[in-house]
Amino acid sequence: MKGENGPLVHELFGRGDYGLISEIVEPGARVLDLGCGEGELLAWLAEHKDVDARGVEISSAKLQKAIAKGVSAYQGDIESCLADYPDKAFDYVLLSQTLQEIRYPLQVMRDILRVGRRAIVAFPNFGHFSVRLAHLFAGRAPKTKLFPYDWYDSPNIHFLTVDDFEILAARQNWQIERRFFLSGTREVKSFPNLLAEVAVFVVSNP
Amino acid sequence: MVATTQIKQFESLELESGVVLSPVDVAYETYGTLNEAKSNAILITHAFSGDAHAAGVDAEGRKGWWDNMIGPGKGFDTDKYFVVATNVLGGCKGSTGPASINPATGQRYAMDFPVITIGDMVRLQKLLMDSMGITRLLSVAGGSMGGMQVLEWAVRYPESVASAIPIASTARHSAQQIAFNEVARQAIMADPDWANGDYYDKKPPGRGLSVARMVGHITYMSDASMRQKFGRRLREENGIFEVESYLRYRGSQFVDRFDANSYLYITKAMDMFDLANGAQSLVPVLSKGRTRYLIISFTSDWLYPSYQSLEIVNALRRRNQDVAYIELTSSYGHDAFLVEVDEQTELIRGFLARTMKENGKR
Repeated sequence: MKGENGPLVHELFGRGDYGLISEIVEPGARVLDLGCGEGELLAWLAEHKDVDARGVEISSAKLQKAIAKGVSAYQGDIESCLADYPDKAFDYVLLSQTLQEIRYPLQVMRDILRVGRRAIVAFPNFGHFSVRLAHLFAGRAPKTKLFPYDWYDSPNIHFLTVDDFEILAARQNWQIERRFFLSGTREVKSFPNLLAEVAVFVVSNP
Repeated sequence: MVATTQIKQFESLELESGVVLSPVDVAYETYGTLNEAKSNAILITHAFSGDAHAAGVDAEGRKGWWDNMIGPGKGFDTDKYFVVATNVLGGCKGSTGPASINPATGQRYAMDFPVITIGDMVRLQKLLMDSMGITRLLSVAGGSMGGMQVLEWAVRYPESVASAIPIASTARHSAQQIAFNEVARQAIMADPDWANGDYYDKKPPGRGLSVARMVGHITYMSDASMRQKFGRRLREENGIFEVESYLRYRGSQFVDRFDANSYLYITKAMDMFDLANGAQSLVPVLSKGRTRYLIISFTSDWLYPSYQSLEIVNALRRRNQDVAYIELTSSYGHDAFLVEVDEQTELIRGFLARTMKENGKR
């Protein structure tokens, strides 16, 4: 049940979602990375794809590393920073593995689709069979490879699945332009809600 | 690295007020080597009481005020960059100021010195850059009042500034900042030796100037750094608090190296500075040009609090201008920009390397 037969995904900094993003973003694009961490992805995109890169990061220690890489990142939190940017200021707004940590994800998604022509959203799929099994058999908040935290000190406050995101997008009339599902370093081609560890959506608001 | 302050004289400088200063001197030092394309020049702008001696060791063995940041292998790496530091217009360390001779009278200017602005300081620096054939600076960087000059450069000459690094600074003084400066000015003017600024051949207003400096030093520190440095400790020999002794020492030391009239003129220039020229929003004035910004503030700096840096950052973001911003954790108060070397070195090194690269593509 691991989707072993799917094609291999090119990884970047040990992450499949970064690998995908690095392929999706066109050269010279304007990119905003929300929660850019130490700026590896943005520095890579600036170096190899000549993108106009911006980042937002709340952690001072990580931000310092990002700026030291030459990344134009600034200290702020995702939920309040978007208001200042003009409409469609970016070709891509990246939200990688963060959606599940945000207090008001719908509002943030709306803001993202206002300031960006497209969003690339990657998140861990709570519908993955390992999570379902852990919950079913242990009867406790799942603690798996995908969700490695105890419930009381997890940064994750929302537990969404591939289907949840698809349904939200349909309700909001967002267009999902592309979708990728990953299991480890392989792409999942069938039953993504069950087999995908990580989902990557390219979304726009036409 | 041995550093020598040089003086360059220009025929005249028209001030923002319309008054023409003639002639006008600028004191400056340079470090490193200007490359053939003249694309690796960085201008360092000093804070209120600074001078052109920013780095290296001078003939008297004194280190520059930002020597920990400027030099071979340092944040402003003089192996890669050509660094210029000047003394501001109105200063008393070689550039034309109130203590200079007024050619019209053969006497020192004193209070006849015209009102000067941060913009005028920048105009003089621009003359110097032009004379060196530097049409585009890789960066302009400075803390506190130095940061105001940085911002002025970026707004006044957007095409001449590839990047700007204003540290612990502001686009305009708050009422609190003006208030502290006014207390300092009043202390000077209340000293009978000030004599309406006409003290150059007599006893200078040392008491007033030293009180002014004491006020300044309080605002440059933080509650935490003062507690750590002095606490309530007493000096044994005279029974006064350590903090009193320190302030008196710094005050009296300042009298020997600074001109009271320069104090009045420069603080006034800081207070009058308003990047937005009286407008509420900084967005229009900051939306010109493609200058990259690195803006740094410090958690314990209550004289130039982070919200002032953030105002600039957010205005830049409104037009999606290229800006990096970080609030560094420090207990040193406003002095942090002179003290927190490691973090600033890392940030500035990466920022400049990137700027150099982008500038090359231009």
